[in-house]
Amino acid sequence: MIRNKPFKTLAASLVLTMGFSSAPATAKELGYPEKEELTFGFIKLTDMAPIAIAYEKGFFEDEGLYVTIEAQANWKVLLDGVIDGRLDGAHMLAGQPIAATMGFGTKADIITPFSMDLNGNGITVSNAIWEEMKPNIPKMEDGRPVHPIKADALKPVVEKYKAEGKPFNMGMVFPVSTHNYELRYWLAAGGIHPGFYAPHKGDTSGQIDADALLSVTPPPQMPATLEAGTIYGYCVGEPWNQQAVFKDIGVPVVTDYEIWKDNPEKVFGITKEFAEKYPNTTVRVTRALIRAAMWLDENNNANRSEAVKILSQSNYVGADYDVIANSMTGTFEYEKGDKREVPDFNVFFRYNATYPYYSDAIWYLTQMRRWGQISEDKPDAWYKELAAKVYRPDIYAAAAKSLIEEKLASAEQFPDFDTEDGFRNPQTHFIDGIVYNGQKPNEYIEKFAIGLKSGQKL
Amino acid sequence: MTTTTANATKLIGFKLPQLSEVFNRTLVSGAIRLIALPLAGMFTFLLLWSITAQNIDTSLGKFPGPAAVMEQFNSLYDEHQRSREKEQAFYQRQEKRNAERVAKDPSYEPKIRAYTGKETFLDQIVTSLITVMSGFLLAVAIAIPLGIAIGLSKPLNNAINPIIQVFKPVSPLAWLPLVTMVVSALYATPDPVVAKSFLVSLITVTLCCLWPMVINTAVGVAGIDRDLVNVSKVLRLPALRHVQKIVLPASVPMIFTGMRLSLGVAWMVLIAAEMLAQNPGLGKFVWDEFQNGSSDSLARIMAAVLVIGVIGFLLDRGMLTLQKLVSWDKSANQ
Repeated sequence: MIRNKPFKTLAASLVLTMGFSSAPATAKELGYPEKEELTFGFIKLTDMAPIAIAYEKGFFEDEGLYVTIEAQANWKVLLDGVIDGRLDGAHMLAGQPIAATMGFGTKADIITPFSMDLNGNGITVSNAIWEEMKPNIPKMEDGRPVHPIKADALKPVVEKYKAEGKPFNMGMVFPVSTHNYELRYWLAAGGIHPGFYAPHKGDTSGQIDADALLSVTPPPQMPATLEAGTIYGYCVGEPWNQQAVFKDIGVPVVTDYEIWKDNPEKVFGITKEFAEKYPNTTVRVTRALIRAAMWLDENNNANRSEAVKILSQSNYVGADYDVIANSMTGTFEYEKGDKREVPDFNVFFRYNATYPYYSDAIWYLTQMRRWGQISEDKPDAWYKELAAKVYRPDIYAAAAKSLIEEKLASAEQFPDFDTEDGFRNPQTHFIDGIVYNGQKPNEYIEKFAIGLKSGQKL
Repeated sequence: MTTTTANATKLIGFKLPQLSEVFNRTLVSGAIRLIALPLAGMFTFLLLWSITAQNIDTSLGKFPGPAAVMEQFNSLYDEHQRSREKEQAFYQRQEKRNAERVAKDPSYEPKIRAYTGKETFLDQIVTSLITVMSGFLLAVAIAIPLGIAIGLSKPLNNAINPIIQVFKPVSPLAWLPLVTMVVSALYATPDPVVAKSFLVSLITVTLCCLWPMVINTAVGVAGIDRDLVNVSKVLRLPALRHVQKIVLPASVPMIFTGMRLSLGVAWMVLIAAEMLAQNPGLGKFVWDEFQNGSSDSLARIMAAVLVIGVIGFLLDRGMLTLQKLVSWDKSANQ
């Protein structure tokens, strides 16, 4: 790990000055929860699994927490629920707490002590678009297309639509969602411009200069919207890509695992106020979620089929067992019948998936800057400061340490808390080969061919 | 306008017996009329349903026929049973945990928390029924006094009528966002007695089912037999006595016609409101299943549709029975 002393002291001073005494020292025994009855929200996606498992396996109850889990209509309703207190916490898009704290969209101090998973999304196009894309994709010996498929194959199709004056519409789930950035990353890597935002001019549609027009559709409605022809493709979490295969209405072309191997996905979001008011509850919720994530990845995914059974209940994800199992059990079906092994398609615990890395938060910030959601240049320190406000490894560490103390987990399963600085090593596995170093966000933004550069303002 | 609505209710009611006046003579034909014909109708419907269903292919599989729906009724009931068992286990675990904690920490006052599991189909039915009845009763409490006042006073009628005519055709879905925002703004207590979502559904229902009742009551009151009014005048009944002894009994049939209409509207409005606002109830059940998109979803929605229909029918029949009980005119319209 790269050491970054100045930043550590910055984070520490932030903790002190803002009165975050919320993380109890390990020496002190963790107290009873201050608030025992909690309501958590989620969106019907397989990556909400840690919450469902923590409930069904009794991990919440072990902490003395009585949790009600409620499906939410869309990401906006969910975020508003957490802000106005109807929900105590929720399964959130990684970008949501960041954007809320920054004030893009609704302004509110949301923090996250727990990252919920890695990967788990895919980009699907309609059957008609797939037929047009197919000739542009190199084939393997057995005739199946070579993966990963780049957006280069889609570019001629988009250009054709543009020449005919037809808008090329695609769906994503929220302006600050992982899916929006992944879809944009993939399109831009293939030379298709996904459009800029200009919030300072009141333009939050994100379609300035766009070749492909991206708009918001709630995840469970994606397949239906694709089928209706309103959009030609979408980027969404599971099971809504596999659903398209089962319904025979679309073909997933690429997974986010291929766009950026082991990318951070959902987080568990709560308000800062909640964490300050109920410090024990916060740590206990984090403990229950860590245990759930461990259970999900235990013994090489041995529990996954049980997890799929739970998720297929109508009060959780509710899709058919087979549809959910497709991606949750280590495979992914692209074209109908073209099922390939993607063992890490859903990662819940290994590779320190649950640790809230500052560098993950900063990646989202770089993409917000790249597409104009952050309309002006910011210094590197600004990125780090904001990340430290939202991502709270201190709470995570308190929860993990108490689990280790109670022998419910072992120290090797976590990052070394004494030396961990919250930054992953520079990450190389992007579809376009660009290396991401969370320590230098501005340098990273400069590397993209399509996107705003330093000094540029729309 | 009102007479047409009244006629419409008559038509909605069971008219089948009157159509077959010819068979009225003998006992045998009576049996045919009451049992065989409805059964035949039902059977034909089921047959047509299963044939059509087989020929409709959706992206979620075939459209559910009667058998698939029946199967879902069973599985919904099983789910309910399982959920009840889980609930019991939940309380047992909780008691044990509370006891452990009291042993460790004597100052702790154990509290039993309500089951945190998901509402089952049956729970959703109960929620919807409670909501619709509450909304309806609130509407009755407002509409009948208002209707009587309008019926008795011509000037008041002239003043209020335009407002009623404008609000009457407004769809519940248009009210819903306004109601949601207003309730959220005004009902901001940390420890609410009733859930916000319940209030939102209730008020939406009330707003929509108010109007038929107001209009019918007003027309009923205005159209009281002149002779009755004259009797009241001769006896010099004070205003309240007049309303109690003359106006109410005379206009009961019209008031009840309005109430039946309103209850029907209330039930339809509630399902729509629950669906849109994600408020607990049958509407939410339908929407959740639609979102799930599993291969059972359509059959489950169909099951909910049947239940909604049957409940709507029973509510209407219940209202009619009530009307017969309180009305002096025992030949009250079917």
